[in-house]
Amino acid sequence: MDLRRDVFQAIADPTRRAILLLVATQSMTAGTIASHFDTKRPTVSKHLQILTECELLAKEPSGREIYYHLNPNKMKEIANFIAPFQKLWDDRFNKLESVMKNYKTKG
Amino acid sequence: MELKTKIHAEDGKQELTIEREFDLPASLVFKAHTEPELIEQWMGNKVLKFEAKNHGGWIFETKNADGVVLFRANGVLHDIVPNERFTRTFEMENTGFFPQLEFFEFQEISETKSKLVMHIIYKSVEQRDKILKMPFAQGINMAHNQLEQVVKNK
Repeated sequence: MDLRRDVFQAIADPTRRAILLLVATQSMTAGTIASHFDTKRPTVSKHLQILTECELLAKEPSGREIYYHLNPNKMKEIANFIAPFQKLWDDRFNKLESVMKNYKTKG
Repeated sequence: MELKTKIHAEDGKQELTIEREFDLPASLVFKAHTEPELIEQWMGNKVLKFEAKNHGGWIFETKNADGVVLFRANGVLHDIVPNERFTRTFEMENTGFFPQLEFFEFQEISETKSKLVMHIIYKSVEQRDKILKMPFAQGINMAHNQLEQVVKNK
């Protein structure tokens, strides 16, 4: 499903944001992650699946366990997504400021 | 360099706010948004129509050197209080984006400083994110204008 691969869709859910914060400092197994939440284990698994599908989390096998860790590059994508839009408006407002300063001195 | 314009876009919401402080009184920032000659100077569009009154309509347009329309947007104005605020709808033509609702507030900080707060509401979260992700027709329009300037200066 295309929707799930969208990082913005993934972080729209508060539980998924909490999972991301949890694994930000250290990798964890699904069991350890689930133990931090009151929700049922399958619900947490579903969230993990969505986060993995959109590449915010990566799975790494270690012995018989699978550890989840954060993919910082994908997180950066979120931070970067409004940057061009911000630049666009900043340039435009800078122009406004200079046009009106000019206008003021003339008028 | 840090950008002076702040954009707040919380995830999962169909709105965003754009804030900017100017070294200008609120009255001049308002004027820059409501007088066609001034709008043209900083927005880089042609203003085909601008009725600065309640229920007044507006149309902006940008064409390339060959007369091809690159960008055209229109809307209606509401709730105009000179030097303080107005509300407008904004629709980009032929893009598939739905119209958006925009609240403009011109806040006076001092005699020489002011703050503009734009609150924009989109039809859905998806629409907002789509628009944010591709700084879109207006970006292309602006890039084109800059290109034209650069070429002209040579």
